[in-house]
Amino acid sequence: MATLARLQARLPGLREECFRRNRSVDEHRKKEYKAAVKIQSWFRGCRVRAYIRYLNNMIIIIQKWWRGYQGRRYFRKMVETAYFIMKMNFYNEMAVRIQKRWRGYYVRKYTHNYYALKKYLEAISVNNEIVRKELNEYAEMKEKEKKKKDLEKKEKEKEHQARKMHYLLSTEQIAGIYNSPFSKSPDPMELLLRKSKPLSHSQQPAKNHLICELCDWSNCTRSPTFPAAQPLPPIGRQKPQGPFRDTAEVLRQRYKPLEPTLRVAASINSLEKAREEIKREEWRNRVHDNEFLPFSSYHKNEKYDPSIHRSGKYGQETYGVKHFREVQPKKWIADKDFQTVLPSIVLFERFGKTYSRTGQIV
Amino acid sequence: MSQRQVLQVFEQYQRARTQFVQAVAELASRSQNIETLQNAGVMALLRPLLLDVVPTIQQTAALALGRLANYNDELAEAVVKGDILPQLVCSLSEQNRFYKKAAAFVLRAVGKHSPQLAQAIVQCGALETLVICLEDFDPGVKEAAAWALGYIARHNSELSQAVVDAGAVPLLVLCIQEPEIALKRIAASTLSDISKHSPELAQTVVDAGAIAHLAQMILNPDAKLKRQVLSALSQIAKHSVDLAELVVEAEIFPVVLTCLKDSDEYVKKNGATLTREIAKHTPELSQLIVNAGGVAAVIDCIGSCRGTVRLPGIMMLGYVAAHSENLSMAVIVSKGIPPLCTCLIEENEDHIKAAAAWALGQVGRHTPEHARAVAVANVLPTLLSMYMDTHSSEDLQVKAKKALKNILQKCTYLPALEPLLHDAPPNILKHIVGQFSKVLPHDSKARRLFVTTGGLKKVQEIKAEPGSLLQEYINTINNCYPEEIVRYYSPGYSEILLERVENYHPVL
Repeated sequence: MATLARLQARLPGLREECFRRNRSVDEHRKKEYKAAVKIQSWFRGCRVRAYIRYLNNMIIIIQKWWRGYQGRRYFRKMVETAYFIMKMNFYNEMAVRIQKRWRGYYVRKYTHNYYALKKYLEAISVNNEIVRKELNEYAEMKEKEKKKKDLEKKEKEKEHQARKMHYLLSTEQIAGIYNSPFSKSPDPMELLLRKSKPLSHSQQPAKNHLICELCDWSNCTRSPTFPAAQPLPPIGRQKPQGPFRDTAEVLRQRYKPLEPTLRVAASINSLEKAREEIKREEWRNRVHDNEFLPFSSYHKNEKYDPSIHRSGKYGQETYGVKHFREVQPKKWIADKDFQTVLPSIVLFERFGKTYSRTGQIV
Repeated sequence: MSQRQVLQVFEQYQRARTQFVQAVAELASRSQNIETLQNAGVMALLRPLLLDVVPTIQQTAALALGRLANYNDELAEAVVKGDILPQLVCSLSEQNRFYKKAAAFVLRAVGKHSPQLAQAIVQCGALETLVICLEDFDPGVKEAAAWALGYIARHNSELSQAVVDAGAVPLLVLCIQEPEIALKRIAASTLSDISKHSPELAQTVVDAGAIAHLAQMILNPDAKLKRQVLSALSQIAKHSVDLAELVVEAEIFPVVLTCLKDSDEYVKKNGATLTREIAKHTPELSQLIVNAGGVAAVIDCIGSCRGTVRLPGIMMLGYVAAHSENLSMAVIVSKGIPPLCTCLIEENEDHIKAAAAWALGQVGRHTPEHARAVAVANVLPTLLSMYMDTHSSEDLQVKAKKALKNILQKCTYLPALEPLLHDAPPNILKHIVGQFSKVLPHDSKARRLFVTTGGLKKVQEIKAEPGSLLQEYINTINNCYPEEIVRYYSPGYSEILLERVENYHPVL
């Protein structure tokens, strides 16, 4: 109780104190609150920052690893490519070397073969020489022919001249102009004159019309040989009778070519000729030269020569000529034929003799 | 008046006509009489005589007309305008062979002058009757008809086509096979005239089987026939490769070469033309000719004749050499260059010179070896002088320049190039200096020689525009030599030296 009393004694003080305390608390509350907030915020901030720092570190680690990985991967790839390129270049170089060699070889062998070309050119020059020689020979031959022809022509002309001047030949009594008595030997012309015959007057060299015409016609230098040589067709000297026919028609009739009948046109010995012809034809067409001789007496003296099928060195066989089936009578036991044991077949017995005229069995 | 007296009048008239027409025909064969005859109105008088009752008079009248028309184109026109052609054409099919010949002669004489006159003949329907005449029995008539057809066909391709359309070609081919030389000659010439215009016409001639018959006649002894045959073959072969091959397939080759040795100039010329026409198409055909020894024959032919006969041979060598380097080498090996050089020097005509220059250019343009072969023959100065000569024709100048350029661009034979340095114009000099600039850096002996012969001095004297190709070449040459030498040879160096002597302060 004492305590109670004490307490009670202190009560007013307490009250006061309580009040004071409450007041001070109230006074500080706001401040404290702010401080607490500040402390908390600081703490929280720290915590978050630490966390973020932590995350950051983690991320850096991850990124570091990742980048390292990627870098290595890229590097490896790059090395590979470089290696590949290097190899490729090398291969290309080698290929170029091979191709170079091959192409050189191929071209030298087939396209621009120097030796072949040389050979070809040599062959050409040899061939050219041959051709030149041949052509020269040909030309020479032509030249010779021409010369020969000219010479012949000259000779002929000379001969003709000699024939023309034959009257200048010297006689026994009077020397000709070519046979001067003062010179030792006669002129060569004299000899020629002696050899040649005088040109006779009767056979004037008739111009060959056809040839002349052909050669002249090519350039129309000469008027063609129209049948002008024959006289102009007469303009009717006979006594004109009645109305005239057309002149051209008359002339055509008059000058028409001969149209003989068959009898007149055929020659008189045409029959003989035809026979001759037929004979010749037969002679030509004969198959063999053994003439057919119709008379049997011709063969009289001929010996018969047997066919080779039938003749042998063992003499002639009689088989087929005298007999067809071999018969050996020596081996016969009896002269009689065998007697048949089996009864004959009735139908066969009657064969050939059973039918009468009327079909009745006899 | 008795019967006889009456008839005498007629007879006199007939005789007078005959005399007149024969006299006119005789006079018309001399050219100095023609004008007088024309002034005397001979055309009008001859025309009625063409319809005379007496065949002899008709024929002689036709002959006289033909001679008149043959003389010049005015008279030929007078014949056309006088309406004489239809008469002739009508009677051509009916009359005898003498008249046919004379009528064909008139047609030929009229048609030869100009395409218009030939066209007038075609329009009269003469072709059909002429073709019928080709089937005539008489060779003279055939010949006259073939000749007339040839003169019509030679003008242009339309007229030629008209002749072909009239069906003349197969008959002409038959005419070639006749025994008469004159007929063969004319038929071959007509075929040549027909086929010269176009490939189609030539093809029709080939289709008629002409080549085999023509090829057979190459060896004929008659020179005039040979001329025509060779001309026909070359006219056929000139159009295309196929036709040329067909001609070659007729096995003409070693045989034609004998024609190049013929005594007749025209045979030579036509033979060379034939080889040229074949060689120009392809390298293969050229090769065939080379292998047959054709080049040697042509070269001999060039060497053995003068004037226009050479021209086809020269061109043939050019064509062969142009195809490939091997063929060009074959020309060189066949000793083709000396004859070409002589052609270049001794011919007077510019066109032959131009052809020779062209051929040499073709021979030398392939490789340095070819160019050397040409240069050794010492043609380059000749070509240069032709190019520089103001009297030579433009074509020759162009050809010479091209040939020079072609040869110079390949030539590495410096001794031949040296003399050109002195008198070449700048556009040629460029190539020459270029060749020096290519050779000198690699050849020490040539460098030495170049200095001693004065080439370097000449090069220093050239005034080239800075930056031009020529300047570059000169610089390349100068770089091959030590600087002192180049300076020593530069123009004006002596003055510089003297100046230095003047300015020199003697050291005492």
